[in-house]
Amino acid sequence: METSCSFLSCDHDDDERSWTMEDYAGAIPRWCPGCGDHAILAAVERLLETEQLPPERTVFVSGIGCSSRFPHYLTTYGFHGIHGRALPIATGVKLRRPDLHVFAVMGDGDCCSIGAGHWIHAVRYNVDMVALMLDNGIYGLTKNQTSPTTPQGHPSNTQPKGSHLMPLNPLSATLGVSNASFVAQTADWMPAHVYATIAAAFRHRGFSFVRILQRCPQYTDDLFQEAVRNPNLVEMLVHPDGVDAPELEKIFKNRRVHDPKDLDMGRHLAEPFDRIRLGIFFRDESRQRYEELRHQRIHTAQERIDRLNEEFEKYAV
Amino acid sequence: MSSSSPVVTKKARASKDAAGPVVIRVPEHTVEIVSDSGEGAQKCGQIFGQVSAKMGNGAWTVEIIPAEIQPPARSGPGASGNRIRIGTQPVTNWGDAANLVVAFNEQALLARHELEALHEDAIVLVENRWATHDDDDIRREWTTAMEVLGKQDYRIIPVPMEEQCLTVTDNPRRGKNMFVLGMLAWIYDRDIELIRDAIRQSFRKKAEAVARANIELMELGYRWAEANLDFRVEVPIEKPPTPMIVLNGNQALAMGAVAAGMDLCAMYPITPATSVSHYLGEIFEDFGGIVHQAEDEIAAAGVAIGASYAGKVAFTVTSGPGLALKTEFIGLATMTEVPLVVLDVQRGGPSTGLPTKVEQSDLLAALYGQPGDAPKVVMAPATIEECFHMVVTARRIAELFRCVVMVLTDANLATGVQPFPRPQLDPRWQAAPPDLRPVPEGVKPYDWDPASGLSRRFIPGQPGGMHTLTGLSHDEYSHVGYSPDVHERGCAMRSRKLAVFQTTLKPPGVYGDTKGDLLVVGWGSTKGAIEEAVDRARARGLRVSSLHLRILSPLEPGLKEIFSRFRKVATVEINYSDRLGDPYITRENRRLGQLAWLLRAHTLVDVDCWTRVPGQPLRPKGILEGIESMMPGGHA
Ligand code: SF4
Repeated sequence: METSCSFLSCDHDDDERSWTMEDYAGAIPRWCPGCGDHAILAAVERLLETEQLPPERTVFVSGIGCSSRFPHYLTTYGFHGIHGRALPIATGVKLRRPDLHVFAVMGDGDCCSIGAGHWIHAVRYNVDMVALMLDNGIYGLTKNQTSPTTPQGHPSNTQPKGSHLMPLNPLSATLGVSNASFVAQTADWMPAHVYATIAAAFRHRGFSFVRILQRCPQYTDDLFQEAVRNPNLVEMLVHPDGVDAPELEKIFKNRRVHDPKDLDMGRHLAEPFDRIRLGIFFRDESRQRYEELRHQRIHTAQERIDRLNEEFEKYAV
Repeated sequence: MSSSSPVVTKKARASKDAAGPVVIRVPEHTVEIVSDSGEGAQKCGQIFGQVSAKMGNGAWTVEIIPAEIQPPARSGPGASGNRIRIGTQPVTNWGDAANLVVAFNEQALLARHELEALHEDAIVLVENRWATHDDDDIRREWTTAMEVLGKQDYRIIPVPMEEQCLTVTDNPRRGKNMFVLGMLAWIYDRDIELIRDAIRQSFRKKAEAVARANIELMELGYRWAEANLDFRVEVPIEKPPTPMIVLNGNQALAMGAVAAGMDLCAMYPITPATSVSHYLGEIFEDFGGIVHQAEDEIAAAGVAIGASYAGKVAFTVTSGPGLALKTEFIGLATMTEVPLVVLDVQRGGPSTGLPTKVEQSDLLAALYGQPGDAPKVVMAPATIEECFHMVVTARRIAELFRCVVMVLTDANLATGVQPFPRPQLDPRWQAAPPDLRPVPEGVKPYDWDPASGLSRRFIPGQPGGMHTLTGLSHDEYSHVGYSPDVHERGCAMRSRKLAVFQTTLKPPGVYGDTKGDLLVVGWGSTKGAIEEAVDRARARGLRVSSLHLRILSPLEPGLKEIFSRFRKVATVEINYSDRLGDPYITRENRRLGQLAWLLRAHTLVDVDCWTRVPGQPLRPKGILEGIESMMPGGHA
């Protein structure tokens, strides 16, 4: 994901500094004990350390919700924005500062409900960033309201007799958007897989959408309980170009070869199924990236003045 | 030559003899061109206005815009066009009424007549093909309209526009506007080469033959007028002492953004703001900037905030409904102290309101639109020249004070064309390149100066400066704070910056005597019309002065003292207020103009107001009536 660093006057590429996991840690997380977010944070810290991303050139943007506390728990640049709108901010950052490593962290309500419009268009812009959608199937921070991904029938404070509607499928939706370039799914209870997936997302040049199934012991404890206990309920999508977590091979026996280049198959596999499928559903490095299409050379103040004076000529009296 | 020669109603036509046409020599003249939408009256008017300004006349143009793209043909509400007021001296507003009207059909003309847009002895040039149209209804409509118009003191000259155009084109509907432009060129003795240039510029994206055909039509109109009209109008030209440029308000905003060194314009299409991005879309990349058309108004604000947070200079441009949608993001920028410039080209509201028409109804929304306390700077340019310079100023204030700066223009400024002194560009107007030096140890993300609330921000890429901005209430470390004093302090720091900015401002100057019976206070695009009305009122012996505010938040200093020198203070605004005398309206429940509310709260002076929402700029004549009604003793 190293991009040309035309913006920077200084050059960090011959950086001799190095960073440990602790260097990336921020405030003490205030998530509930047992919350899946803890494991995801640990995997992200591991990624930062492995890739040795300079903390000052790494930006985490988030919306509002339990998961959106994420940037506070890291020592990078962070922007904890407003509900549903992490992606426009992250797009603005990357569009004009391609030298920065940009991550957007959202929840399911954030991304698939109030921010759904931004999500669809962010997929189409395909701006190079890692978008993590931490999906616990509920609104946690505001205390137990139905989200677009809440399973039908699951009770909440707003729909006490159970969620009325079929849940929205974020994978199918993302795969259905023109110019989608990376769509993957992982689950918080398999840290090795989370790490491998977000590492692949990070290495992908484009908008990498990762849905992370996330346990919320507070409100949706039942959601993934069975799958956590019974590895047979999980199916791993594997491929030499896919996600590789060798340590999981022994536990998760259901393995299915899927070439991430195959969009039709990816869409098919994203449809509801009696097992949870994890891995890369689709990846295409060749998709156009908006920040590249819109890249502009930096102009000096004098160049701008000269050019504007030329423009004035057209309107001169 | 046409078979139907011009006829003249009411007034005797001066015979066109060897002595040539009668020349009407005047210090100023106002012309209106009206057509069905899509017939190009606007393009004709724009070129005429631009060329007049380029020749050195003072000029002010106002578009007459129907709300729909294709309203029914030959309908009054569908009248589309342009008013151009030109003068020997600078022109500051669109005036009261047109002295010359060119109408492509009699219904558009009738509509303008009914809106009192015509001077009582206006000269009218009207397409005459409707008089002999195959359709009985159309002929009847023509006759009825002419009966009404014939009772006025207008001098009506039917013109065979279509018949003439057919001699050079198969589709006269598309070329009539150029024929009319040619007539006007002859009447006002415009520089024909400048007109040809303007036509070429206007059709530069089409095949060369298109420009050529249009030039041919224009020349046809010129020759026709020369052969058939018995009058010309001379508005003497006094070359202005300084070099001038001619822009409309939205172009001026766009060029101001370039001059301010902006990198990003994030927007979503909305009338009447969009043309800022049309123009920028053409030129911005030559300066290294981009126009980002976002998926919605909200995202446009978010992308601008993201870019600004990352150290680039970004703005978003919108109009009322878009401003409403951006509210939450504007609150976020305020809370996180990310500099942001928001340009709001106001239109009529609420809701979809009057999408293409002028109003000044966003003032209080700009100031107080955000839930919670969200102090920001709000400014309003009074002229097109100020549109340009105010963007430059807005950028600097936003950066210096780490705040949101909102600039309120309106549909009148947006599409109006005016000449103004060519700006002498200064590199200091532009943002310095982002400073990515390491942040010295111990500097906090909001290193608030305890007295002023000012702080330096740091941006991604600066080693040692890592922190997380948050819209949650926070302390100077940007840590989420849960104690009561954290929020109190944050609010104080953000508010204090406005007070600091206010201390840098000078009291505004009074137009006219600094004391008297009535002080009229205005803001935004009404300045020229208000001052013209004040001049007329003073000529009638009324002791009236005016004051025009550019900075609405924080308010400019010294207002209370200035107000104390007048027996009465009243605002003139293009927004709604109740009128005393209307059913149920009392002094207690009367809702006032937006600036009036603000000034009352700010000064505790009993400020009155005269406001109207006609969907068009105020006329000096109307304001004069307002002034007379508000003289101490009377009320609006
Ligand atoms: S409510 Fe659920 S998602 Fe939120 S912190 Fe607690 S466990 Fe995690």
